[in-house]
Amino acid sequence: MTTEDRHQDLLRELAPQVLGALVHRYGRFDACEDAVQEALLAAATQWPQAGVPDNPRAWLVTVASRRLTDELRREHARRRREDAAAAQPAPAPVSDRDDTLALLVLCCHPALSPASQIALTLRAVGGLSTAQIARAFLVPEATMAQRISRAKQSIKAAGATFAIPPEPELAERLRVVLHVLYLIFNEGYSATAGPHLQRPDLVREAIRLTRAVLALRHDDGEVAGLLALMLLTDARRAARTRPDGALVPLAEQDRSLWRQDEIDEGTALVTDALAQAPVGPYQVQAAIAAIHAEARRAQDTDWQQILALYQLLEGMARNPVVTLNHAVALAMVQGPHAGLDLLATLDGDPRLGGSHRLDAVRAHLLEMAGDRDAAVEAYRAAARRTTSLPEKRHLEGRAARLVSA
Amino acid sequence: MKYMLLIYQNPANWEALSEGERDAVMNDATAIVNELTESGELIAGDGLADSSQTKTVRVRDGVPAITDGPFIEAKEHLVGYCLLECETLERATEIAVRWPDARHWAVELRPLMIASGEEM
Repeated sequence: MTTEDRHQDLLRELAPQVLGALVHRYGRFDACEDAVQEALLAAATQWPQAGVPDNPRAWLVTVASRRLTDELRREHARRRREDAAAAQPAPAPVSDRDDTLALLVLCCHPALSPASQIALTLRAVGGLSTAQIARAFLVPEATMAQRISRAKQSIKAAGATFAIPPEPELAERLRVVLHVLYLIFNEGYSATAGPHLQRPDLVREAIRLTRAVLALRHDDGEVAGLLALMLLTDARRAARTRPDGALVPLAEQDRSLWRQDEIDEGTALVTDALAQAPVGPYQVQAAIAAIHAEARRAQDTDWQQILALYQLLEGMARNPVVTLNHAVALAMVQGPHAGLDLLATLDGDPRLGGSHRLDAVRAHLLEMAGDRDAAVEAYRAAARRTTSLPEKRHLEGRAARLVSA
Repeated sequence: MKYMLLIYQNPANWEALSEGERDAVMNDATAIVNELTESGELIAGDGLADSSQTKTVRVRDGVPAITDGPFIEAKEHLVGYCLLECETLERATEIAVRWPDARHWAVELRPLMIASGEEM
């Protein structure tokens, strides 16, 4: 790890603590967040030359407070009205740990769209700069800055406060936080190659933030389940694409490339969670990933157990994507026709919205069943529908392989 | 999801519009662009010069042939584009419906391909 990486890690770890301290002192989440962002940028430019200060957290709080009071003074002069900060009550002593959770809950406020929740979480809790977030989501920095500023306005308009809500609201809000972390992970994980290589940073960030949530909510089986799912999925990253960016299906991956440390940690997490906490969808998905991970070769996969887990998952989170995966597991256990019958129940399902995934899974099962012409047709239909270049290439390749076979 | 909004016009019809109608198209487009910039949904957007300014380039056996004028002879020409990022297809369609050129000619809305993918 380079010195620059160490600075980055330290800054990201301190970011939510510094922001929490400022919001307690001054209120005004939106203005505090801008000030912290400026302090982080100042640290990123000054620390490499001047060295890390003895108390980096205090340094950041001081710099950010100065930026904030300058800004509030300017605003005050502009508006000629009472300084909003002056009216704030004295801060109650709160731990940094609670602040991180309160910030996550605030950034994942239900009034925001998922895209805004993601951007704001990465900036306010993750300590990423607007430029980094913009690069990760492949949009210009000005566009991302506009989205973040709008997200902060929406939070303000919704009357959200910087506090941990009471139960049962907290549990509900925590589900949204977990979903946002899951989306951040997926965004990074599904990146393939080429100009988008920076995106795997999102994987690291999602895992880091989920670890932070687990440290605060260690008795929540779904937090552990989500972290396990991320680790078990990320373990396959090196095997899922070829150097040219082409996708490698699970059954054809070189399993020696899977990261055993992540598999071990993920498996232990999900095993503990399943034994101790009420079972939820992330834990079941992690359990499925763990079963795939324990098979040395694709043909050793315990599909019987995977099928049972998909049945369990369908019972708790009924959605067409789960049914698609369920159909594959069913085909592996009972044969392709059983899987195809289950797929037929999804025909015309508006929730799939003409997604290519139905055609792609059907093509795969038709190929298993030996119905070559229908499989080629379904692969081609899926290839026309997908908006993913590597998936299109993969599906066209499958069709071509069958035609020439 | 990112979408490309492709804006078409028929130059003969455009010239036949009254000045007031032409102003309305321009002003409405500017108003939507401002709104989309403010909402963070506009990634890029530009108008294109008249189709008579087009160069069409073909390379055959390594030899480039460059001709004046568009590749496809049509009454309606591409006159501009907006690159959008919207939460849903419904939202992108709503923007397309409000685009002023759709009242006189047509706009096309096409999803962009992405470099990400899931292994199957």
